[in-house]
Amino acid sequence: MEKKVNITINGLPVEVKKGKTILEAAENQGIKIPTLCYHKDLCVAGNCRVCVVEVVGQKRLSAACATPCEDGMEILTNSLKVRNSRKHIIELILAEHNSDCTKCYRNGNCELQDLSSEYKIMTQDFIELAPLKNYTIDMFSPSIIKDDSKCIRCQRCVRTCAELQGVNALTVAYKGDRMKISTFFEKPMNAVVCTNCGQCVNHCPTGALVEKNYIEEVWAAISDPTKHVVAQTAPAVRVGLGEEMGMKPGERVTGKMVAALRRLGFDSVLDTDFTADLTIMEEGTELLTRLKKALVDKDPGVKLPMATSCSPGWIKYIEHLYPEYLDNLSTCKSPQQMFGALAKTYYAKARNIDPENIISVSIMPCTAKKFEAHRPEMHDSGFRDVDFVLTTRELAIMIKQAGLDFEKLEPAHYDRLMGESSGAGVIFGATGGVMEAALRTAYELVTGREVPFENLNIDTVRGLEGVRKASIIIENPLEEWAFLDGVELKCAVAHGLVNAKKVMDAIKAGKADFHFVEIMACPGGCLGGGGQPIPTNPEIRQKRAEAIYAEDSNLPIRKSHENPEIQKLYNDFLIKPLGELSHHLLHTTYTKRERF
Amino acid sequence: MAYSYQLKRVDFIFRNENDWEKVLSSTIKKKPDEIINELISSELKGRGGAGFPTGLKWKLTAESKASDKYVICNADEGEPGTFKDREILSKVPYKVLTAMAVCGYVTGAKEGFIYLRGEYKFLEKELNKVIDEFQYYCKEINLDFSIKIFMGSGAYICGEETALMESMEGRRGEPRNKPPFPTQAGYMDKPTVVNNVETLVHTWTIFKYGAKKFYDLGVQYSRGTKLFSVSGDTPKPGIYELELGMSLQDFVYEFGDGDTKAVQVGGASGFLVPRKKFKDTAIGYEGKLVGISLPTGGSMMLFNSSRSMFNVLDNYLEFFREESCGQCTPCRVGCQQLLLGIKAVKRGEKPAAYLDKLLKLTETMQLTAKCGLGQSVANSFSSIVENFREEMIY
Amino acid sequence: MNPIQSLIKDLVDQYGRNRESLLPVMQGVVRQEMYLSEYSMVEIAREMDIPAAEVFGTATFYSFLETKPAGKYIIRVCKTITCAMKGKNQLLFAIQDMLKIKIGETTPDKRFTLLETNCLGWCHKAPAMLINDDVYTEVTPERVREILSGYMKEII
Repeated sequence: MEKKVNITINGLPVEVKKGKTILEAAENQGIKIPTLCYHKDLCVAGNCRVCVVEVVGQKRLSAACATPCEDGMEILTNSLKVRNSRKHIIELILAEHNSDCTKCYRNGNCELQDLSSEYKIMTQDFIELAPLKNYTIDMFSPSIIKDDSKCIRCQRCVRTCAELQGVNALTVAYKGDRMKISTFFEKPMNAVVCTNCGQCVNHCPTGALVEKNYIEEVWAAISDPTKHVVAQTAPAVRVGLGEEMGMKPGERVTGKMVAALRRLGFDSVLDTDFTADLTIMEEGTELLTRLKKALVDKDPGVKLPMATSCSPGWIKYIEHLYPEYLDNLSTCKSPQQMFGALAKTYYAKARNIDPENIISVSIMPCTAKKFEAHRPEMHDSGFRDVDFVLTTRELAIMIKQAGLDFEKLEPAHYDRLMGESSGAGVIFGATGGVMEAALRTAYELVTGREVPFENLNIDTVRGLEGVRKASIIIENPLEEWAFLDGVELKCAVAHGLVNAKKVMDAIKAGKADFHFVEIMACPGGCLGGGGQPIPTNPEIRQKRAEAIYAEDSNLPIRKSHENPEIQKLYNDFLIKPLGELSHHLLHTTYTKRERF
Repeated sequence: MAYSYQLKRVDFIFRNENDWEKVLSSTIKKKPDEIINELISSELKGRGGAGFPTGLKWKLTAESKASDKYVICNADEGEPGTFKDREILSKVPYKVLTAMAVCGYVTGAKEGFIYLRGEYKFLEKELNKVIDEFQYYCKEINLDFSIKIFMGSGAYICGEETALMESMEGRRGEPRNKPPFPTQAGYMDKPTVVNNVETLVHTWTIFKYGAKKFYDLGVQYSRGTKLFSVSGDTPKPGIYELELGMSLQDFVYEFGDGDTKAVQVGGASGFLVPRKKFKDTAIGYEGKLVGISLPTGGSMMLFNSSRSMFNVLDNYLEFFREESCGQCTPCRVGCQQLLLGIKAVKRGEKPAAYLDKLLKLTETMQLTAKCGLGQSVANSFSSIVENFREEMIY
Repeated sequence: MNPIQSLIKDLVDQYGRNRESLLPVMQGVVRQEMYLSEYSMVEIAREMDIPAAEVFGTATFYSFLETKPAGKYIIRVCKTITCAMKGKNQLLFAIQDMLKIKIGETTPDKRFTLLETNCLGWCHKAPAMLINDDVYTEVTPERVREILSGYMKEII
């Protein structure tokens, strides 16, 4: 039986489970205790001290986030002592923080701003510290900007980078007044192990870590009459954007988003889901080819398990930390980059537009996609395949700037030619989605029958467990795939790079015999991406995941190979998966990188 | 005499005794409970500064159930004005080792560490020789207890016991949230006793001479003797073992240069006592006998009337600003604000009333900082600013 | 294997590969090299399988783990209260004058680096300073000149 303890909070008697913190107990009672360094995704630090409360009888105040409830505690969350101290601490944080709010990217969505507004900090008596330190803004990364003058040392980014991502690009360095959040040797973010995943941006309470935004560049392109501006929208954006527009987490706003993009002035509003479907065709075929080489030809050069390559954060991670496994990566470009390469070739040709005049903009739940678009190898169309990458948040800013009343927008449909998608493309936005989509297609390709799961929902690969394993036994395959008869196809799914590390270490130790692994850099997959609305936490990600799967089940086509636009693309242009043109436009190579 | 206590010099700690083998083997013939009870009845309290009852610390660790436990001797003596632990480790190290081994026997710990500050690196070689000899004897009497030295690398905060353990685990020496306390989850998350060097030597005295002998020294609530590190404006700087409970007036009478303006008791994190309060101040743990009583890690710094209290405070604050680990807001930002603040007042850039704002800030630091460092900056700040306000103002 | 790699490998073999050995390993490198270079930190990270940024973050916490190139002899003059009262500044002036470097600098011959440090624990014999691990107490400007002359005579 669970042990309970009895406490009072502000005089109210409360029974709580032993081991719960004061913060959790208060939250259950609907009493909000302000926090800054605390985050539900992360371990408790207890270093900002704004959550201090009074435990009657104790000389000092206690950090509510880090103090477990003990039987008989009388807790005061709003006593004069608490209020005075808390206000003082907020003042101290503000003295260290560059409080030039009106010029801050996070103006209007900043936890420190909210807190100082709640506590009505109207004066600044303390001496401002930021001007005394020689801070520089690190703008070298194409994805993330780090501004130490706005940093409040809560270390959420450091814990995010270590606990969720296992990357440790960020660390706490120096001590005392010199203590700061730093990379290895204070190098710029683009010169270290940073995967550009943007989880630090999502978890930063202030504007110390923000995405590099390309809003003005995109407005300029839209306003240029000589340019044909194409938008592609990633699967996860449609289940996140609503939050930025004031809706509850988990609202599906696909139609409104398309309408908004059109109203913003994009010449064509297309869907990354289309190239997600295309990825399945290419990657599924690649997997089957690898299996054949391994099982039939016994080719020692073929690398298994094959790992997905959709997540640019994951790609950079493996390039830095497991470069010996680069050959295990699928050579497929991510859906964003497949789209980019096709937009300036296939689409340009079909629409009879000079590719030089096409500006390809992608709307992504992701900051790593900005880096990916910048990779030198992503020029296979003869131009830069994707010109600008906007996060879900940047799109929301543009919608607000354009003065659109989002909720009142009449839902619209994607434009044709690269606008059609299947449910399989949509679920790319959730962890396990690529795996599920691939299995739906590959199984059917091999056996001629649908995957043996009710409603095509492969529940074993769904969910938010960090690492999930599944297997499917192939029975009675078509003649061409006879070698797969009775083969148990073993798969693993991981999300959050700290879980990727678990899978990779198991593979490295020879303790895993997977054929296919899906890895997404961000917790929950793209729906929890570093470019998604802030805040994020497990409940919000759960809601977004539910929305993704609802979107899938509502679509008439659920399997990538049944997408008519995909069939047309192969008929008219690519000829066949892994064909010569595919190879040129849709596949890529990887680069070994340093481990710091 | 106008005051009731006189300075009582004693000589236990540095008494050169060659019978450590006997003390060790006879002590561990007793039951652990017996040893704990003896320590408890001696009323020995930690000599590092915080004053936690040593017997209780050992008892709690003994009661914690775990496969591994540790004993750590805290030799990260960094408090400005203390240098006694260095002297103990160079003169009577075997007493410390014996006490650690007994602690291991009592608590069930098999491994002991001496966390030696980097500044005392020169002690390492000699100390290792003594440890080797000691280990040899432990083997002889079948006592399964090993001792290693862990070198610090220049960080005052590592004297805080949880910061010390973080440091030993190969990380930044940042204090942990408490609870859990080290007696439950310390080094490597295992129950751990962390005792100051001097505390351990006092346990030796108790093992050898009995709890009563120790208890009979000192005064109520502050039993036994204490090493005092005396420095500053004094003709007799050095280390002295004195009974606890003395009045500061007696102390100044003995050690002052005839012109003592103030005494800093307990180092930079302690209190500054001005001349007019010498009489009413006793040196010991809380539970007063004469006026206010001040606990101390043994640092006694004397200042005569040639010294500027502004400079003294400025020096302390610069120390804290640099030596704060930097993780919690009140300490990291607070120390910077206090330092910049007094300078601004001194230069006339801030009004004298700003000192009151800073005094309030120290209250908040005391209430909310994560560890003893941030909490105790208030001590020196408020005692200096309140007693020597005129020296702070332009 | 270059000398730094083999130094680190030896240290790691001696102290162990787990995180608890990080400080001893870094101290070992500093003993030999006088400071932790970017390269040594990467090598430590690789050898011990610790993220390089964490090695850097940990090293910069400790004031005796230099991360900037330093001379063969690091002079650390105590600047805490008693030493400050007893003439630490005069001592510093004498050293700066003799070595022609300022605090934080290294002589061009890479022989001396001059630093200030917090309380060395010799307040009763102030002012005090360390030259590498060796302590000098009650140092007057005259004495420090003698002491340094001794070091300067040494052939490096």
